[in-house]
Order: sequence, then structure tokens, then C-alpha cells
Amino acid sequence: MQPNTGKTRPVEKVDGVTIRFVGDSGDGMQLVGSEFTKASAIAGNDLATFPDFPAEIRAPTGSLAGVSGYQVNFGSKDIFTPGDQPDVLVAMNPAALKTNLQDLRPGGILITNSGAYNAGNLEKAGYKTNPLDDDALKKNYKVVSVDMDKLTQAALAGSGLSNKDVARCRNYFALGMMYWLYSRPPEMQLENIRKKFAKKPDIAEANVKVFSAGHAFGETTELFVSQYTVPAASLTPGTYRNVTGNGAAALALAATAKLTGRQVFLGSYPITPATEILQDASYFKEMGVVTYQAEDEIAGIGSAIGASFGGSLGVTTTSGPGLALKSEMLGLAVIAELPLVIIDVQRGGPSTGMPTKTEQSDLYIALFGRHGEAPIPVIAARSPADCFYATMEGFYIATKWMTPVLVLTDGYLGFGSEPFRIPEEGELKPYTVAYQTTVNDPSGYMPYKRDAKLIRPWAVPGTAGLEHRIGGLEKDSMSGMVSYDGMNHEKMVKTRAQKIRNIVEDVPDIEIEGEPTGDLLLVSWGGTYGSVRGAAARLRAQGKKVGHVHLRWLNPLPKNLGAVLKAYKKVLVPEVNDGQLANYLRMSFPGLDPLQFNRINGKAIKISELTAKVNEILG
Amino acid sequence: MSPNTQTQNPVPTYTKKDFESGVDPRWCPGCGDFSIINQVQKALPNVGVARENIVFISGIGCSSRFPYYMNNYGMHTLHGRAPSFASGLKVSRPELMVWVITGDGDALAIGGNHFIHTMRRNLDIKMLMFNNRIYGLTKGQVSPTSELGKKTKTTPHGSPDYPFNAPALAMGAGATFVARSIDIEGAHMGGVIAEAAKHKGSTFVEIFQNCPVFNDGAYTFLTEKAVKADAILRMEAGKPLLFGKDNKKGIRFDGQKAELEVVTIGENGITEKDILIHDPSRSDPTIAFMLANLSDRPGFPTPIGIFRSVRKPTADEMTWDMIKAAKAKKGDVSLRKFLSDAETWTVK
Repeated sequence: MQPNTGKTRPVEKVDGVTIRFVGDSGDGMQLVGSEFTKASAIAGNDLATFPDFPAEIRAPTGSLAGVSGYQVNFGSKDIFTPGDQPDVLVAMNPAALKTNLQDLRPGGILITNSGAYNAGNLEKAGYKTNPLDDDALKKNYKVVSVDMDKLTQAALAGSGLSNKDVARCRNYFALGMMYWLYSRPPEMQLENIRKKFAKKPDIAEANVKVFSAGHAFGETTELFVSQYTVPAASLTPGTYRNVTGNGAAALALAATAKLTGRQVFLGSYPITPATEILQDASYFKEMGVVTYQAEDEIAGIGSAIGASFGGSLGVTTTSGPGLALKSEMLGLAVIAELPLVIIDVQRGGPSTGMPTKTEQSDLYIALFGRHGEAPIPVIAARSPADCFYATMEGFYIATKWMTPVLVLTDGYLGFGSEPFRIPEEGELKPYTVAYQTTVNDPSGYMPYKRDAKLIRPWAVPGTAGLEHRIGGLEKDSMSGMVSYDGMNHEKMVKTRAQKIRNIVEDVPDIEIEGEPTGDLLLVSWGGTYGSVRGAAARLRAQGKKVGHVHLRWLNPLPKNLGAVLKAYKKVLVPEVNDGQLANYLRMSFPGLDPLQFNRINGKAIKISELTAKVNEILG
Repeated sequence: MSPNTQTQNPVPTYTKKDFESGVDPRWCPGCGDFSIINQVQKALPNVGVARENIVFISGIGCSSRFPYYMNNYGMHTLHGRAPSFASGLKVSRPELMVWVITGDGDALAIGGNHFIHTMRRNLDIKMLMFNNRIYGLTKGQVSPTSELGKKTKTTPHGSPDYPFNAPALAMGAGATFVARSIDIEGAHMGGVIAEAAKHKGSTFVEIFQNCPVFNDGAYTFLTEKAVKADAILRMEAGKPLLFGKDNKKGIRFDGQKAELEVVTIGENGITEKDILIHDPSRSDPTIAFMLANLSDRPGFPTPIGIFRSVRKPTADEMTWDMIKAAKAKKGDVSLRKFLSDAETWTVK
């Protein structure tokens, strides 16, 4: 390969690009992906990312099970999802190529490390011959095959580093190439490397050299026909940071403690894909967040309810199997009427199912998964950054209405990331969480004497004169003492249900994106927001009369939903499950029979597949 | 102090009546639970804690109705789960005095996991376990403390399961205060409860409690007048472990065999100097374990009193030390500053 210095390539302007970085778990692709994401954010692009790591902690090197990936979609226009299909695939070994090539857009760019295509790795990936020698590959994609092993070694010749350390630098070669390809200024990255490896200056310098070599390689090689630039997006002005959905939910705990001046108590048990919320929140002590890693899922929610009885804002985090274990406790929180937030980061089920893969299949358990009559409010976050606001709203509702609130997110949102505009000082409003401090009835303190909205008072231990006992047995409608009176029970069941229905006053009316009427209305909830919004926008651009509504509130449903659903000729509900929202809508609006589009493959819905489905329906 | 703390009132002078809720207990006539609540209500005026700062948390079972009869804050929770609520309450509100009232089925069967972890953490929670060796509320099934061979409604041919030794289990799990008493030994129980109230850390008191309906006479092997003196070993700190009608029998540690044995003063040259002195504060729990296990061995008396009482930092103390340290280090952080603690960029 002859260096061709001085020869500049044409710079193509593109609106958006999806890049997937894949390699062996040890190849550092998550790092490369997140570094490139940061550079894109700083360049002003809108973006969304999604990591894809193997369920095994350490699968054998080079194996198909050990492939780890990171996808970023960035652009100058609204980015709704981490992208359907990569335009660029950076595959560091044969196993990564084998497991990801089918996703690459026809005609897309494949960048791969030819040095990794040795007999051993080819065999582990199940290739009989070297796929890079396949003519079809070159016909279908723009293949940039580079021996990154050798070039990394050459860049570090004489550095004195071990072969192992040298091999570890190879990911920065790939990153350097991508910086050049997308016209990112390399200076900042050099600074980042030095900061990141401040404690190991020799490794820092090695990575700087390899990154620079990769960048120079991009510039000089003729393998790339052009360079690209993605203009800045028009985002709301402000200071931004990246957040994952789980990170955003954790931030919301601290924000709530700050805004209410009350302690937020998180009792939780580690479970994929929700664990990061507990991990992150355990650093927020100075903000008023107390974390407690319980001995199991049941104790996680139990400790949170115990803390709520004590006047804290109790919260527990979990995923499907954990939510199943918490069901009995949720019933107790319902009958006791204590504030509690349960964040369920949904994953593939039932049972252990697919822990690292996303699904929206906990809607039924969220709405109905308790014995007895036990309705609770259910809110679903729509994007990684929205996990912050959905969790904050959960606390507001739980404390205002004295009820457990279920906040649904999912693995796709929890692990995915997007820019989060940091609210300005004063933008998030403080609110008061009040305790009852005086006796509320001539006959003494009545813990279940309600106000006009049917909300009961909250007196906490330490308040003299308001000592009282509550529990899981049905209670007298005033004193809270045990009551087995059938009529009292019926009254209490209906009162609790009505209280939850009353929450509709805090549920905003739903707004249609698109025309008020038309041929087909897409109804989404939770993590499919981005895909469905993206599809609706694409369909409208094609001239289709397609509208979109997104449900943030699953219980109570927005007041105007029934009317909105009738405004379009057809209703289509895309979900990553077998039709749970569709059935819930059938039940809630008799006569309505929405069409369904369901994927249960552990992945988010693609804009392209949904667009195709709508086009098929509309003919 | 946690932010939800109410004003700290000076502790008034209380009498037993101040701790009675006025609700009539729904226990069967003759139930040992009456004696226990009586002793608790007698002990509380002297613990130096305001009534509103005392919380009783219970699970499910006959014993777990207890909080309704106390004039404190209380929560009657789920079967086996009381320790989890108590743990969350104590960690979030360390200034409260938190009691857990439980039974043998509640604590050791359905709640076994919460039980051991509460003991392990050394949270400052006081657990009274009423052990009647039967499921009473469900009317007579085998419990995890029912003796081997016990005939119950679910074990008509005798129980094939070995029972738990509750104090040994609590000590194995790391409890820092472990004691035992008997429902009809009111004065003894009152003393143990008063000591339990003083202890800081995971506190476990097993109370042998007779269920007159479903397991009547479960403890007559200890409590019958004729056998009492030989069957019960009353452990008192600093005193030799003597028992028997004339206090002539004693517990000796056989150093060669490394086990406890029953000896008689005046026989085979045994004097009081040979008798093991009881010391619940030994940092090594081995001797306390051996004592706890005596109750399962034929030919040995059943010890009552305090097996173990040692002071270690509690989980709630350590949690709040960390919180205070974090607050001292970081000071009052504004929300915007907190949210900006990451790599940020500006969009104009």
C-alpha cells in the first residue's frame, strides 16, 4: 500500500449516519463507540446509541458468543433511535463479521481488521474460507480491509510494551480512522486519551501514537473514496450530557430528594438490566439518596415500603422476574396506601428469558399483576433521557396520591443513551411532600380519613399523638384498624380504585402528531416511541395520511384517548411483545380492534420494518 | 439525622398503660402471647425512648397481631417479611427504636432469608420470636422448630424433619445479642427484654410460648414443677452455670474433648471452681454456640437467659457515617451542578 500524501478526497455532506462497532469482548469496542459518540455530541449532532454485549461475562476469545458491539446513530436532524441498519460496520474479527454483516446496509462501508483473520479465528467463527476473499462481499459493500494488528505493532515498534499491551491499543487505530472518515478534529481525543490513562503514561502515549497512526492512515490510504461531514443538528440551546436510561433514572432519585427535601430510599437487588440504577444511586449520598442492597427482590421492595412508612420516598428497581417476586409486596403498598415507586426495566421473559435483550412484555403484570383488586398508576418512559422525567413524575404521583407507582422502562432504554439537556437552575420546580402532624378527627388520628380527592394523610413515626398501626389486613375506612366487615371491604376496594382513577387530573391529554384525522394512526408506548415516531415522519414525508400518538400514561389512560382513536380509519399498535397494549385498548375501548405489529426478537422495532408494514396495510 | 425526622420531644414519664392501644387482643384464652405483651408493655416505660419513636413491625401469624395492641407506630406486614420492612425503616430512620415481632414459622420458614440477613448486618433491630413449635394461625401444622417425629395435621406419621435451634441459627448468622426466655417465666422474660432494649445491634430473643390449642404442653418438659430445676439452666453473666434442685449440678468445659459436660459439685472431686463462668461478652461465639446447642441434647438442661451480647458497629451507624462523610466532603450541591457532573457540551 503506497501512502498517497497530499491527495485530498471529496468531502460528502450527509444528514445522518449509523455506525456499529463490533469486536471481541476484549477488543474495547464499547470504549471506541462511546468515545466516537462524545466527539459527535461535541460536534453538535443529535444522536442515540445502543450497546450490545454478550450475556456471558467472558466468552472465549474470538468466539461468536463473545462478540460485543456498540451502535451510534448521529445526524443533523432529529434522531429518534440508535438506527435501523448500520451504514458503517467496524468489525474487528471474523466472529464480529459473521454475527453482524447481515445488518449492514447494502452498499455500506465495512471496515475490518484483516490481521485477525487467521486460521484459528476463522474456525471459531465457523468460516471454512476467508470471507474477505469472497468477491460477493466486495460487490455488496465498500470493503476497507486493514491489517490493524500489523499497523499497530509498527506504530509501537521500539516502545518496549508487551505484545499483549500492544494488541490492546488496536481499538484506537480503528477510532483514529473513524475520526478521519467523519472529519472530527483529533486534538480533543488526544487530550482525552492522556486524561483517561493519566496513571499509566506509557499506555497513554502508546494509544496516542496508535490513534494518530489510524487517523493518518485514513488520510493517506486510497481505500476510502470520500470523507464525510455531518452538520450540527438544531437542538434546544443549553448544556448537554449523555445519559443512559438507567443513569437518567438514578439521577432522578437525587433530583427528587433535592426538589422535595425528603430522603429518597432505594431498596433494591441486582438484576440485569436494572442494576446500574442501584450502582449509580449509591454515589448520591450527599444528595439525600440512601441506598440499600437487600438480600433478595422481596426485601428490596419490603425495605422501600418500610422506609416509606418512616416518611422516606421509597423506591425499588427491578426487571421482570424481580417484579413477579415483588407482587405480594405491591399489594401491601396498595392496601396500606403508602407512596412507593417501582422502576421495572423490562427484559425478555417469561422466567429468566433473555436478560440482556429488550422487550415490552411487562405491561400486563404492571397493570394487573397482583391478587385482589389492586390498581396502580403506570407510567412508561419513552427514551433514555425521558427515564429521568418519567421517574421524577413517578415520585410526584406516588407522594401526592399516596400510592405505589410503576414506572416502566426497558433494556433498550436502560442501556441506550442520548444527549440530555441539563435543566437550568430553577427549571425543575421544588414541591412539598407534607406529613400529617395534627390529629384529624375528634375521635383521634384517623389514618384513612380522606380528602376530597380520596387521598389519605401520611403521619410518620416520631410524630407524637399520631401513633397508629397499619397493615395488609383490610382496614376500617377511618381508623385503619383491622376490619372483616364485608361492606367496609367493598367500600375500601371501590374507594382505592376511584382514587387511582382520580389521578387522571394529572394525566395530560394526548396529542396527535400529524393531522387530526387520516388513514392510519400509530399508537406506541414506552421504548418504541423513537421507532414509531421516525416511521410516522417517514410515512408522512411519503405523502401517507398517518398520525402518531404515544402513551406515556398506561393507567389511568388519558381522558381524550378514546376520541383520538376514533379519528383515524385504522389503528395500528406496534409493540415489542405479542400485543399487550393492543389487548388493553380492546378492553378499555369496546368495539375498537386495532391492528398489531409485534416483534419479540429482543430488539427494538426498526423504522424500516414498521414503514413497510404500514405501506402494506395502506396498500 | 434523616430529613424526615420529626421534632425530638423530651421523653415523658410513662406507665405500662401508655403502651396499651386499648384494642382487645384476639389471642386464645391461655395463650402465652398475653404474658409476652405484658412484659413488653412493662419494660418500655424504662427504655428512655419516646413512645412515638418506637415502632413495632410484624409479619403474619398469631404473634404478628402484636403491633395492633401496642400504642406505638406499628405495621403488620407480610408473612416472613417483617425484617425487610424493619431494615428499610431502621436504615432510613436510625433514630427510631425498631422491634420485630415474629413467630417460628414466620421468622424461620417463609422468612428465613430475611432473618439471617438481618442478623448478619447487625442492624439495630430487636426481634422477639415467639416459638410455639407449631403453625397456630393455620391451625396446627408442623413448624421449623417442631421436634423430630412430631405428629401434626401435615405430619400425621410424625415429622421427618430436624428442627432449627433458633439461638444457634441467629448466632451463626451474626446476631450480636441472642437470648431465650419462657412465657410463664414473667420476671425472667422482663429482664431479658430490658437487656434487649438496651442492646445496639441485631437482637434476637427466642421466647418459648405455649399454644394451648394446637400444641399444648410443648414446654412442660421444662416448666413442670417436678422437672423444672433440672431441666432449666439459668445463665447469668459472671456467674457459674449451675442448675438443679440445690444448684449442685453445673456445666464444665472439658478442654480435652472440647465439649460441655454436666457435672455434680461434690462428686468426683468437682468443686464450684470447675464450673464454667457465663460470659455473654466473649468475642468468640464458640462457647455461646455450645450452650445454645445443649437444648437439643439428651441429658442436658435447656439454657435460658442471654447467650451472647457483644457490641459491634451496626449497619445503620456505618451507613450514616458514610452519608455524613459524603455530605461533609461535597457540601450542599445545587441540582444543576450535580446533574452537570459529567462530560458536558454546550449547544448554542
